[in-house]
Amino acid sequence: MKRLFPAPWLSLALWLLWLLLNLSLSAGHLLLGAALGVLAPLLMRPLRPRPIHIRRPWAVLRLFLLVGREVVVSNLAVAWSVMNAGHRPPRSRFIKVPLDLHDANGLAALSMITTVIPGTVWSELALDRSVLLLHVFDLEDEAAFITHFKTTFERPLMEIFE
Amino acid sequence: MSPLLSNAILLSLFLFSLTMVLTLLRLFKGPSAQDRVLALDYLYIVAMLMMLVLGIRYASDTYFEAALMIALFGFVGSFALAKFLLRGEVIE
Amino acid sequence: MSGELSMWVEIPVAILLVLSSLFALAGAIGLVRLKDYFQRMHPPALASTLGAWCVALASIIYFSALKSGPVLHAWLIPILLSITVPVTTLLLARAALFRKRMAGDDVPAEVSSRRTDQGDSPMP
Repeated sequence: MKRLFPAPWLSLALWLLWLLLNLSLSAGHLLLGAALGVLAPLLMRPLRPRPIHIRRPWAVLRLFLLVGREVVVSNLAVAWSVMNAGHRPPRSRFIKVPLDLHDANGLAALSMITTVIPGTVWSELALDRSVLLLHVFDLEDEAAFITHFKTTFERPLMEIFE
Repeated sequence: MSPLLSNAILLSLFLFSLTMVLTLLRLFKGPSAQDRVLALDYLYIVAMLMMLVLGIRYASDTYFEAALMIALFGFVGSFALAKFLLRGEVIE
Repeated sequence: MSGELSMWVEIPVAILLVLSSLFALAGAIGLVRLKDYFQRMHPPALASTLGAWCVALASIIYFSALKSGPVLHAWLIPILLSITVPVTTLLLARAALFRKRMAGDDVPAEVSSRRTDQGDSPMP
């Protein structure tokens, strides 16, 4: 079972992707999608450095909703400060965030989250994965931002991946 | 289609084209190479959103596939350009 | 085509489409107006997140009502964007840092010191 499905979640996602792309639930597409879901992870296995062990599926869902809310809020904030940029220029700067998360997959997820959210861009990670250079669009209080960043995104990811 | 929806679609297409004109302005002005790549990437995203709006306008599924194509080619193009800027060669 | 759609479908679709184009326009205005390159990296995220979500939602509502059944494939666009956009943005940020350091501009120095640089093993 483990040999046939090295990544069961990836297989499921690929199967759903195939069905969505074809917009059909006919037997042929169900079979073709299942073949894709089984074969693609097997062929790609040498490329994946480490398998992912997801500890708590509910934490993933909660993080997902949290990121969605954060995206909406910071979208409005960035749009607002772009419109007001004429008489109140945004206080953009680089900050250094100390990291406690060291798992490679967790860091990849963290980089996706920070870059998807408007207003923060992941710029550089130290080679020993201890410090992160982040560019923030409109920063009010550096210490408060770092605390918010660590409690909202880093701690759930540590719960999930470590 | 009611006049309300078709007018809303026209308005949003107009705003999208205005977006593209502004982005082209940045693309031509530069000043640095990474500015141009960023503008090109944005142009791709806006074109893809326009495709989805056109899909609603003509009630056709084909535009969705065009949008997927634009997204994929845009990603590959901007990725190669950014990689080129990083080291000066595309393949390492 | 199954005739006229009700107002309860067309009004949300219209609002979502206009909203999404407004977000894209705000992103382009930011791209033109802001002074610094790293500031200009932020506004494009407006179109690739909320802009794309609004269009996808409008597309789902419209086609589901038109074909009177769930037509969900437009969700693939935001999912695809949220996977691909971080990769390009990250690479562009690193390229800009690299080029600005080469040109001697005022950007932060590399966060990793030279010593950890050499003894570090490749990705586990």
